[in-house]
Amino acid sequence: MSDTHILHASAAGGPAAADASRFIVREPHHPENGTLLGFWIYLMSDCLIFACLFAVYGVQGRAYAGGPTGAQLFDLPLVAVNTAMLLLSSITYGFAMLESQRGRLRPTLAWLVVTGLFGLAFLGLELHEFHHLIGHGAGPGRSAFLSSFFALVGTHGLHVTFGIVWLVTLLFQLGRHGLIPENRRRLMCLSMFWHFLDVVWIGVFTFVYLMGVLP
Amino acid sequence: MSHDHTTPGHDAAHAGEEGGHAPSTLRGYMTGFALSVILTVIPFWLVMDGVLTDPGATALAVLAIGAVQMVVHMVYFLHMNPRSEGGWTLLALIFTVIIVAIALAGSLWVMYHLNVNMMPGHLHDMSSM
Repeated sequence: MSDTHILHASAAGGPAAADASRFIVREPHHPENGTLLGFWIYLMSDCLIFACLFAVYGVQGRAYAGGPTGAQLFDLPLVAVNTAMLLLSSITYGFAMLESQRGRLRPTLAWLVVTGLFGLAFLGLELHEFHHLIGHGAGPGRSAFLSSFFALVGTHGLHVTFGIVWLVTLLFQLGRHGLIPENRRRLMCLSMFWHFLDVVWIGVFTFVYLMGVLP
Repeated sequence: MSHDHTTPGHDAAHAGEEGGHAPSTLRGYMTGFALSVILTVIPFWLVMDGVLTDPGATALAVLAIGAVQMVVHMVYFLHMNPRSEGGWTLLALIFTVIIVAIALAGSLWVMYHLNVNMMPGHLHDMSSM
C-alpha cells in the first residue's frame, strides 16, 4: 500500500502529489492504535488502584471508632448535584469529540471549556464537602471509616484535578496547532480518561455514599 | 452510520473508523446520557425516599443499578465493543474485572471472617459488622 503511493509520487509527479499528502496524513494512525490500546491498559491498571481503595473502604467502611457515621455525615443532595456535574461534563466532552470528528475547531474548544467548567464545579463541591467534614471534626484521622473515605474519594478527586490540568494543556495545544492527528489522539486519550473517571464515580456514589447512609 | 455528514475531510473520515474504533455519534452519546440519568436518579430516589423498607434489598438494588450504569458508560461513552483494537481492549477489560472481583470479594470475605473469628467479644460488638 505505502509502496504504491511512493512509486506513484516519484513517477507521476503533479497529480500524485495529493496522493502523497494523503499518505502522510494516514501514516500516524498506526502509532495511534498503539497509543490508544496502551492508554486503555493504563486505565485498567488505574482501575486496580481504585479496586484496592474500594476494598479498603468495604472492609473499614463501618469502623466508626465511636465517631460519626456515614448516615450522619453524608449530604446526599450535595452528592446528587456533584454526580450531575460529572455526568454533564461527560456528555459535553462527547459533544467536543463529535465536533472534532467533523473537523470544527472552535466548537470543539468551546465544548472542552464547558467540560472543564463542570469538572471545576465538581471539584469545588467536593472540596467544600471535605472542608465541611474536617471543620466538624470528621477529618481523615477520626476513624478508619473516614481514613478510607478520604483516601478513596480524594484519589478520585486528584484524578479529576489532573484531568482538568490535562484538559487546559490540550486547549492550548489545540489553539496552537489545530486538529492535527496528534491532537486528535490526545483528545481520544483524554476522552477515555474522563469517561473512566465517571465510571469510577458511579462506584463511589453507589458504594460509598448511597450504601453508606443505609443502616 | 459513520458518514451521516456529507463531505468529511479525509482525515476526519478516518478518525472514527481506523483501528476498529466505533465512530462516535450524537445518537450514541444522547442514548448513553439519557440511560445514565435514569440510572442515577433511581438509586438516589430509592435511598433518599426510603422506597424499599429493607436496607439489604435497597443495597442490592443500588449495587445492581450501579453495575448496569457502568456497563452503559462503557458501551456508549468509552465505545467498548468486541472489535475495537482487534478485541484487545475487551480482553484487558475482562482481565481487569476478574482481578477487581477477586480483590474486592476476597478482601471483604477474609476481613469479615477475621473480624468474626479473631476479635475479642467486646471489640466485636463495637466493630458491628
